[in-house]
Amino acid sequence: MPTTHFIVHDKKDTVGVIVDENGVKKGQKLTGWVMEGDATITLQAVDDVPLGHKIALKDIRKGETILKYGNDIGKAVADIGKGRHAHVHNMKTKRW
Amino acid sequence: MANIAKKRDLSFRGFRRENGRVGVRNHVAILPLDDLSNAACEAVANNIKGTLALPHAYGRLQFGEDLDLHFRTLIGTGASPNVAACVVIGIEPGWTQRVVDGIKKLTGKPVSGFAIEGKGDLQTIADAGRVAKEFLQNASEMQREKCSIDELWVSTKCGESDTTSGLASCPTVGNLIDKVDPLGATSCFGETTELTGAEVVCAQRAISPAISKKFMAAFNAYQTVVERHKTNDLSESQPTKGNIAGGLTTIEEKAYGNFQKIGHKTKFIDVLKPAEMPTKGAGLYFMDTSSAAAECVTLQAAAGFVVHLFPTGQGNVIGNPIEPVIKLTANPKTARTMTEHIDLDVSGILRREMTLDQAGDALIDVMLRTCNGRLTAAEALGHREFVMTKLYQSA
Repeated sequence: MPTTHFIVHDKKDTVGVIVDENGVKKGQKLTGWVMEGDATITLQAVDDVPLGHKIALKDIRKGETILKYGNDIGKAVADIGKGRHAHVHNMKTKRW
Repeated sequence: MANIAKKRDLSFRGFRRENGRVGVRNHVAILPLDDLSNAACEAVANNIKGTLALPHAYGRLQFGEDLDLHFRTLIGTGASPNVAACVVIGIEPGWTQRVVDGIKKLTGKPVSGFAIEGKGDLQTIADAGRVAKEFLQNASEMQREKCSIDELWVSTKCGESDTTSGLASCPTVGNLIDKVDPLGATSCFGETTELTGAEVVCAQRAISPAISKKFMAAFNAYQTVVERHKTNDLSESQPTKGNIAGGLTTIEEKAYGNFQKIGHKTKFIDVLKPAEMPTKGAGLYFMDTSSAAAECVTLQAAAGFVVHLFPTGQGNVIGNPIEPVIKLTANPKTARTMTEHIDLDVSGILRREMTLDQAGDALIDVMLRTCNGRLTAAEALGHREFVMTKLYQSA
């Protein structure tokens, strides 16, 4: 089986999780596994993204809800382009 | 149901106690009523090798619900089926006897109390030591016997989670829960604030509308505490600094990962107060707890759970003195750099070399070996985090 660089929980998700222990590099072509429905997708990384961190699967606009597990996990506080690193610098909780 | 449950006999060899409950360890606990009695308890455990002192920070001038929780935790700890016999030492005899009586009433096991006032530490250590020695020798003769999976009480909580926890290690625990719940095991999850964002989905997993409502009441009460005391959005506390380093960004994201631990099918049948013993028979219970690892596990152990499943991402090293804590990780880096802490590596799921079903079976195997007596990594490394939950200031 080819290397899986990132995993997506649910078809509806707008972010995936990097699972390559070495992380991924800017410009790298990535293979992803969507667990729901067992599909394979591809994506090009626009940022370096470390193991366990999230990568945007589509262009996400500031204020937009971010979906993971098919559910609302917070909002974008800056535009997040497809293939970019999504984390505390551009995402925030809607709670507390 | 899983293959393993059909193929294999999921029995284990445990200690059957006076009250019918089954333990997987055979400790003689030396339990302090209060902070002042820690020194005497530790001295007894030092003199009588093989007994286990359980020092903690509290027990003075507590009142109301907080005091009730203190007693419930101490009595529950002494009553645990993993404890063969218990010596209680307190500064004064009244509350000491209350703990002794509580343990006796619940279990019928050997338990004896000693008070320090009017006697001093040294005489107390000598008196308590003589009894502890008898308890230890008697406990050393107890034999394990064949016990069935429906006699096993399993708790779970995750720590230093990262995104690999939600992808694989928490779902592995969930797979185990979905397999052992139909076989009559009793299980428990908690971490009230760590369901924030996933609380509505969690409430839908209650067995009935009444239990769902009971869950939401506990959840909302805890939110009130957060709202009252918070000075920011809790970033670096919940999620923790370690969670954030591991790629978790928000509490909602952490909550959905955490929630994977109860699987997909199993419903929870009741909501327990902290350290409250289940009374509705076999099934999955939610306990209203802090999400801090040692506090949560201490409360679950005090409610009578005898073996603990602990998924970690970045590498939480927690153990508990009386309830063995089995650690699993799906983070390949943690599995490699912190091998001595990890009982089961499920990082193969992320490489698609292992299925979730296989990982769940592997965890059942590790759990039964632990119940048979194999020490966990945390036990071998001497992790004994016994941490009482305190609800508010003392008087």
